[in-house]
Amino acid sequence: MAKVTLEKVSKFYGNVEAVKKIDLEITDNEFLVLVGPSGCGKSSTLRMIAGLEEIDEGKIIIGEKTVNELEPRERNVSMVFQNYALYPHMTVEENLGFSLKIAGMQKNDIDKRVAEAAGILDIDEFLQRKPAQLSGGQRQRVAMGRAIVRRPDVFLFDEPLSNLDAKLRNQMRTEIKRLHQKVKTTIVYVTHDQVEAMTLADRIVIMKDGIIEQIGTPLELFETPATKFVATFIGSPSMNMISSTIKKDQEKYIMITEDGLNIPVPKSKQDVVKEGQKISFGFRAEDIVPLKFGNKPSQSWGHKSKVNLSEPLGTETLIFTNFGKIEIVSRMFTPELVRAGDELDFALNLERTYLFDDETGKAL
Amino acid sequence: MTKKQINNILIWISAILLIVLIMTPGLWVVITAFRPQVDIMAKPAVWIPRNLSFNQFETMLFGGSEGSMGRSKVPVLSYLRNSLIISLVSTFIAVLIGTLGGYAFARHNFKGKNTYFFLVMLTRAIPGISLSLPIFILFSKIGIIDTHLGIIIVFVALNVPFTIWLTDGFFRQIPRAMSEVAMTDGCTRLQAFWHIELPLSKSGIASAGIFAFLISWNEFAIVSNLARSTDSKTLTVGLMDFTSQFTINWPGMCALAVFIIIPALILTFMVQKHLVSGLTFGGVKG
Repeated sequence: MAKVTLEKVSKFYGNVEAVKKIDLEITDNEFLVLVGPSGCGKSSTLRMIAGLEEIDEGKIIIGEKTVNELEPRERNVSMVFQNYALYPHMTVEENLGFSLKIAGMQKNDIDKRVAEAAGILDIDEFLQRKPAQLSGGQRQRVAMGRAIVRRPDVFLFDEPLSNLDAKLRNQMRTEIKRLHQKVKTTIVYVTHDQVEAMTLADRIVIMKDGIIEQIGTPLELFETPATKFVATFIGSPSMNMISSTIKKDQEKYIMITEDGLNIPVPKSKQDVVKEGQKISFGFRAEDIVPLKFGNKPSQSWGHKSKVNLSEPLGTETLIFTNFGKIEIVSRMFTPELVRAGDELDFALNLERTYLFDDETGKAL
Repeated sequence: MTKKQINNILIWISAILLIVLIMTPGLWVVITAFRPQVDIMAKPAVWIPRNLSFNQFETMLFGGSEGSMGRSKVPVLSYLRNSLIISLVSTFIAVLIGTLGGYAFARHNFKGKNTYFFLVMLTRAIPGISLSLPIFILFSKIGIIDTHLGIIIVFVALNVPFTIWLTDGFFRQIPRAMSEVAMTDGCTRLQAFWHIELPLSKSGIASAGIFAFLISWNEFAIVSNLARSTDSKTLTVGLMDFTSQFTINWPGMCALAVFIIIPALILTFMVQKHLVSGLTFGGVKG
């Protein structure tokens, strides 16, 4: 158990700056998820915390200790890798006990700790097997068990679920969350999957091109994205995003899309835009719904359009339709049948639209 | 008969022909070792041996008393001792250095790595024999002609590049995450190597060791220059002892040849499994 602090940490690969002076404070027992597209620097950040990559600039502090110059083994962190990296020549039991054996612990104590970890993860039956005789999910569990037995200050997970099939991934995701509740420890978890991030994290750090775009709880990120990137990255389906230009029309600002549609700027945003400003405005699928099947919001904008495609998913139906020339997606939670080619009246809830400045990418 | 069957038969026939072609000289050496000089020199050749004897081996190992032509006593046991010492020690050193080198090439990035690797491999392209004269002069200057040490040095130099190449390929097959996990698990770099990466690459190291041993065990050309006496002559060079000015003791020479082949054969069979996986799995680089 420890808090982890990153102060202006940078990582260079040759001339490429993979991580750019990031500041981050991870509190004790927190489940923090680093998420972002590949190449955003999230794995490098994790590996610097683990001690597997050198810290080129800045400081990393675990507990009270600056760990820049410490070897991985001196940092008391455990890492779970994407490809598990179980020791293939050892049985599950030996895999679990290896770190304790290296630390010079007595055989009985090792057995006790291994049994305890095996109990937590429900892998008692496999203790005598070799990793090659285990399924993907079992291997994943052993990898986690190997991390647990050391009782580290910090758990580091590097995309631990990407090698599993969809069903198993959901199951293991739940187990990781449960594990965190049982074994109260600081966890830093790297993934590129925003659903994993949303479901697991106490707080999410969204990274892009080596910098932190936003830090916040899953709901904060969902409700108040700080940048256009965060808005499109978080949430599924992705937020609809339309480029447009601000114009003044009879004392009120409106947005004119590239296809010439005129949409009023929401009342709350009237003061923050200016004439001629290039912006993108975004809205989530559930905030544009067919009028026929939903209630008209107080501040709405009507739009008549043909259905290109519909995906009934049971609890919800996704409708793909055009907004000018751009295809957008609408989501309704009523089980009504919608067919491709149907013409529907959509209502866009203006109060739930997000405006982003195109120059800075920041939310307005 | 279908086309496939005909094909099969043709393949079998050519395989058998090829095996006969490869095996016959070896077989002839073995047969010759067990029969009298008369049969050996007979014209036309006697293909099926008429009477076999172990005389040659007796003479060779225990200095038998049969006193026919050219049968001077050859100090086989001294040669065996030299061969064993030189082969085992040079193999051990070559594998030790080569494995560490292979690990370094596989795991570390340093400036000019590819050039170094190329240079190391280039040494394999130079025929050893072309170096034997310079080596002879050099060694005689520093006084290690006709010593185990001198020959061991040459064999180590001969075997290290190949060992590096083979083990490098092997270490590359092991995911880097393996040693990284070990290091977060509390290992030093060396412990991670020793507990994890070394056991995982033992097939590769075993095959490298066998090759190094066989090359040392079978080498003739260079040792024949460097070894002058029973102090350092190996078994292969010892074969020359059976030639005298006008005659060659064929049965004796062949008996010794059989004696040389046997350990190599046993070793190869013992580790055949490792050898195959070592060469196909580790040697092929991704």
